[in-house]
Amino acid sequence: MEPTWLDIGPVDQLPALGARTLPVVGGDEIAIFHTANGEVYALVNKCPHKAGPLSQGIVHDTTVTCPLHNWRISLITGRALGEDEGCVPVIPVKIDGGRILIGRAEALGRAA
Amino acid sequence: MTSPTPRDHLVVIGNGMAGCRAIEEILARDPDRYKVTIFGAEPRVNYNRIMLSPLLAGEKSFDDIVINDHAWYSDNGIDLVAGDAVVAIDRSAQTVTTRAGRVEHYDKLLLATGSDPFIIPVPGHDLQGVVTFRDMDDVGTMLRAASAGGEAVVIGGGLLGLEAAHGLSLRGMKVTVIHLMPTLMERQLDEAAGWLLKEALEKRGQTILTGADTAEIYGLGKVEGVRLKDGRSIPASLVVMAVGIRPNVKLARAAGLAIGRGIQVDDHLVTSDANVLAVGECVEHGGLVYGLVAPLWEMCRALADGLVGAPSGYTGSVTSTKLKVSGIDVFSAGDFSGGEGAEDIVMRDAARGVYKRVIVREERVIGAVLYGDTQDGNWYFDLLKRGEDVAPIRDALIFGQAFASGGGASANPNAAVAAMADESEICGCNGVSKGKVVQTIKGGACSLDAVRATCKASASCGSCTSLVEGLLAITLGDDYSGERTVKPVCKCTSFGHDDVRRLILEKELRSIPHIMQALHWTTPDGCSSCRPALNYYLLCAWPGEHVDDQQSRFVNERMHANIQKDGTYSVVPRMWGGLTNPRELRAIADVVEKFNAPMVKVTGGQRLDIFGIKKEDLPAVWADLNAAGMVSGHAYGKALRTVKTCVGSEWCRFGTQDSTGLGVKIEHMSWGSWMPHKFKIAVSGCPRNCAEATIKDFGIICVDSGYELHVGGNGGIKVRVTDLLCKVATEEEALDYCAAFIQFYREDAHYLERTAPWIERVGLERIKAHIVDDPEGRMALSARFYHAQTFMQDDPWQKRAAGEDHKLHQHLAEIRPFEVA
Repeated sequence: MEPTWLDIGPVDQLPALGARTLPVVGGDEIAIFHTANGEVYALVNKCPHKAGPLSQGIVHDTTVTCPLHNWRISLITGRALGEDEGCVPVIPVKIDGGRILIGRAEALGRAA
Repeated sequence: MTSPTPRDHLVVIGNGMAGCRAIEEILARDPDRYKVTIFGAEPRVNYNRIMLSPLLAGEKSFDDIVINDHAWYSDNGIDLVAGDAVVAIDRSAQTVTTRAGRVEHYDKLLLATGSDPFIIPVPGHDLQGVVTFRDMDDVGTMLRAASAGGEAVVIGGGLLGLEAAHGLSLRGMKVTVIHLMPTLMERQLDEAAGWLLKEALEKRGQTILTGADTAEIYGLGKVEGVRLKDGRSIPASLVVMAVGIRPNVKLARAAGLAIGRGIQVDDHLVTSDANVLAVGECVEHGGLVYGLVAPLWEMCRALADGLVGAPSGYTGSVTSTKLKVSGIDVFSAGDFSGGEGAEDIVMRDAARGVYKRVIVREERVIGAVLYGDTQDGNWYFDLLKRGEDVAPIRDALIFGQAFASGGGASANPNAAVAAMADESEICGCNGVSKGKVVQTIKGGACSLDAVRATCKASASCGSCTSLVEGLLAITLGDDYSGERTVKPVCKCTSFGHDDVRRLILEKELRSIPHIMQALHWTTPDGCSSCRPALNYYLLCAWPGEHVDDQQSRFVNERMHANIQKDGTYSVVPRMWGGLTNPRELRAIADVVEKFNAPMVKVTGGQRLDIFGIKKEDLPAVWADLNAAGMVSGHAYGKALRTVKTCVGSEWCRFGTQDSTGLGVKIEHMSWGSWMPHKFKIAVSGCPRNCAEATIKDFGIICVDSGYELHVGGNGGIKVRVTDLLCKVATEEEALDYCAAFIQFYREDAHYLERTAPWIERVGLERIKAHIVDDPEGRMALSARFYHAQTFMQDDPWQKRAAGEDHKLHQHLAEIRPFEVA
């Protein structure tokens, strides 16, 4: 079933090849990433390793490198890449008319 | 022709490519099935909208781009109502009404309303001289404007925008393209290809502004120019808006049909009303809308099958784009966003201006981007659509169909080289053939360096290094000792740090994408290892010219503060030579209280570190510290950290010189400079060495007769005591030698290599030869340092406190749910 979407603002508010944050009252902060191709992804802003703020990492291809200990996390699956193991929740994103929409239930940490 | 029984009336709204093609398909199946009436808003016959670009460019005339002339309509008994648009549909009465009041009954209605150009609602979008690029009338307006010459702005760097820019440019206008995204045609091209395209278009005289956001179109009554959100303004007498299109669903919505992003249709192109069908760019099928021609043809076939005879069903389209943008071939297909399990195979040929990238997942092609050479586009697209297992030809895949199916494919990557003919060229720079390289190897050159020294292959730009290594492996077999001792910068390249630094200067490479293209990077946009290194090498090579790339900076340098384990930051203001005063201390105390900083600590470098500041609060903290005269201490950077001092001759009974004063001078000289790694300095007033100068990158020990200069020390995991560089007599000399040493380190060391390992790698003698034994060389080094510093010594905190890059500090938004679980 189509999830309920939350409009969180225009895409042009995201830096190219970077991220911005979205605090959730009563939930985990979300990081919204922007790749070189202009795609947008959202993850909980917490590295599975030591909870580092992934939003502050370097984005390359569809990966972000955590700023604390250089773990590489896939923006698509939330999984740690390479030798490391761990996974961070992914929040579904779609772009409509230049606006960023994210899945409401997942954003609130209540995915079905 | 008339048929004996009354035929069903099929009414088509839209006299464009989709509507007419659908009728052609129906007629081909059964010419007598329907009586057809086509309504078109434009007062002309059906023409090929894709050909508007060559029309604008003057390569075609309107007659050349007509698809269906008047004879086609009359020969097939079709009523064409052109120039009188349908304004309403009555589904219960099954009629359509035109603007002129004509009412027509239908049995079946086909909507082919296409799409509308998207107009960004900035102030001035309705001024005279602002046009879209969608139909003949737009082209007419553009041609009239172009005949008067002058300047034009095209908003939108997608396919349509670039075509418009190209056409106007050929018509003699000076064109500026404004594109919101960081790279051109980001939907069809990846970053690397988009960058190449930008370079090529700029060489043809167009101005391309990427990452540029339009604030307003200004002018009195008619367009005079465009102003960007960053304040720049570009004069123009014509503004073309080509930011995108969206399905035209106005009539369908008013008629109460189901609408999503487009008019929703099933597999037979039937809308929510069984008597109403829709086709082309106005429809949404399976959640997708299409803006290309190939899907449209597929839809028309399925539609005709459903209306006449045997329903086949439309199952959606996989699209590819192969086009010429201003004469440059580009191609893309499938998914090139990378991601889980996706592997990139990249080939770059800087000399020919070619970039090829094929994306493979689980041994199947899932996407391809080609720039400059699109010959194999269809082959890749075919492999993609068929989902063919490419494992057997994988190593030769990137070389194209001719090579891959010509026996070049093999599990052994060296087989590609082995398959090359003896006369084929290996090294383009020095014109060395494969035969010559093999002969050189057989003649006794059994390492890469030996080959380079003997026949010069791979001795210049080095991009053929992997080919030469392949030939070494093939020719020598087990005797080849293999890997070179030079370690590549990272997995994205086979070049080492020294090669990259040398080539940036030799080939005058001035941006990160430029380096990646010229040096054949194997990833589309690098990684978190190479990007910061390249950014540093560029800013060192081109002081004052290189535009720092924020996204190639580690978090601390991007945020100008030190990230801590809980994601907050610590802030260290600069205290010159470790000196402070009541005003600064009060300001620090006030900041600590105002922002509830949980801890303040004296650092090892004689500074105060304020802990626990949130990224949102950083600009306000900096504003307060700036107000008290303090600037960034760069405690977060690969840069000059601190100059630590003792109190020296002014106070200390053992002091021989004014070590504090000298420390302050050195810090004023060297602050703000970016380095390969962090850099610490200390000045001790006597050999008791209270400032611990002998474990610093540059240490000065004052003695009665002058200053001993020490280099290459550090604390850290592996403590290294400094080496004595030399002794000088005056403060001026001490400062000059320090500047020269720093510059030599900046220009020579590898990124993330501190002075201690650097000196152990290159040897103290080499440092002495440049700094001590060669006065002219030393003066040139220090002069280059002072020059670079003229661009670096502005406080990054002040700029941020004034609002620069505010997005880095602010949240995008906040979610406050009504109910919290």
